[in-house]
Amino acid sequence: MALLELAGVSRSFGGVRAVNALSFAVPEGEIVGLIGPNGSGKTTVFNLISGVFLPNQGTLTFAGASLIGRKPHEICRLGIGRTFQIVQPFNSLTVLENVRVGAFRTIGDPDRAAHEADAVLRLVGLSHKREALPPSLTIADRKRLELARALATRPRLLLLDEVMAGLRPAETLEMLELARRIHASGVTLLVIEHVMRAVMSLSHRILVLHHGEKLAEGTPQEVSRDPEVIRAYLGEEYRPA
Amino acid sequence: MPSQYVIHLAVMILFFAYLGAAWNILGGYAGQFSFGHAAFFGLGAYTSTLLHIHYGVSPWIGMALGGLAGVLLGLGSGFLSFRYGLRGPYFALVMLAFAEMLRLLFETWMSRSYPLGLPIPLKGTSLLDFQFRDKGHYFYIILVMLIAVTWLCHRLARSRVGAYWMAIRDNEEAAQALGIDAFAYKLLAMAISAFLTALGGTFYAQYFLTLEVNELFGVQISVEILLSAIIGGAGTVFGPLVGAVALQLLSEVTRVYVRAFSGFDLMVYGGVLILVIIFLPQGLLEGMRRPYRAMARALST
Repeated sequence: MALLELAGVSRSFGGVRAVNALSFAVPEGEIVGLIGPNGSGKTTVFNLISGVFLPNQGTLTFAGASLIGRKPHEICRLGIGRTFQIVQPFNSLTVLENVRVGAFRTIGDPDRAAHEADAVLRLVGLSHKREALPPSLTIADRKRLELARALATRPRLLLLDEVMAGLRPAETLEMLELARRIHASGVTLLVIEHVMRAVMSLSHRILVLHHGEKLAEGTPQEVSRDPEVIRAYLGEEYRPA
Repeated sequence: MPSQYVIHLAVMILFFAYLGAAWNILGGYAGQFSFGHAAFFGLGAYTSTLLHIHYGVSPWIGMALGGLAGVLLGLGSGFLSFRYGLRGPYFALVMLAFAEMLRLLFETWMSRSYPLGLPIPLKGTSLLDFQFRDKGHYFYIILVMLIAVTWLCHRLARSRVGAYWMAIRDNEEAAQALGIDAFAYKLLAMAISAFLTALGGTFYAQYFLTLEVNELFGVQISVEILLSAIIGGAGTVFGPLVGAVALQLLSEVTRVYVRAFSGFDLMVYGGVLILVIIFLPQGLLEGMRRPYRAMARALST
């Protein structure tokens, strides 16, 4: 049984169908990439999974439990962590305190939670900034902080919403390496990404959304050869290596 | 032996530091800016006083019951505000409306039986009666209350609860995504803050021994409660104390020395407040720390 399963999920805003009869599954231990042009409904899918929006139709199940009607904090406690496309740090708290908020989900003691937060900061390579305030961080470090905070809640499934957007090539490679390390530690990943080369090399499977519907699904090789996908999204000039 | 005037000034400083600290839990740490804490303050004062006058209940027990009444009101008003997602200025205004509702309710209720204000009869002068001829006793009571609430804030600020409040204050969506039940934690802040503020109401009643509806439920007291916290530094343990010292001294100095014409002292008072808010939006405490940090930075490089 898959860790996360969506079946026939639809969500409209006014007259716009943001997500239409979408079904897919994320098996435990995989990295699944979610791609699609702007406005294709990727972030809406994340918001449906994490309980920000209720679906109009369909079912969402995580480890056998229905997600429908659960609030965001309950979904986090079930074991789903997420990052936000536009980073949402706690600006008056230091980097360490930010991550400690996440660690407090499983650890009640402040000192032990700080210890755990330190360990997560080492993992994401942000230890040297532990006393800094988020507004003083670079974009790359803010994305790392966003990731560290979600990771500190010890999720089974982590939803990454464009953690590589806006990064320089070297930083993108570091982030890619970090995502692999997180995956290797036993966390299943569902990744929204615009940086095509990155998501193709990271993901085991790719899901392509177009106008809120599933356009294609398969391995990165299959998807990048799919003529529909090329027409809708990648553009004629994209050729798989 | 300090004069009764000096003791009164000290009592007022500690009293507003106490109220500011109580407000600070909800407004400073949890970031829910209440503009209507007079509701809890007045409710506490009237609960203990009416129980005392009509049923002979000790003001100390009345104080605890007033605190519980404050908790109920806090949970009720908090439930309605937070359930419907009221934030920022909308929450502030709804709290103001709750305080005004109570003010009008008590005005109607009290104006028949006590048109000149509710006097508290002198029962005796002992700790048990919570009545003293010497103001010094009140000083020690409010000092203990302030120390207790400051210790509580210090403990809460370092705990998971405090971290969750600050996370909610900074970014509620992100806090929820990290597993924080923002609704429940805001209600908790509301309940603690309302309880402590209501206790302050009973202290006020026993100190002045007369209650006037407009003074206890009025906008003036709501503003004075939050000003100490904001001027000193909202969301800091000692901010309300620093703010209360500054504001009460400023108020005394302008009242005594600035009297070109009637009301001029209040204009000066307001002017200084505006300057502090413009130039030290984080509060006096942060303003005092800044030179130290600059020095530390200069020394370390």
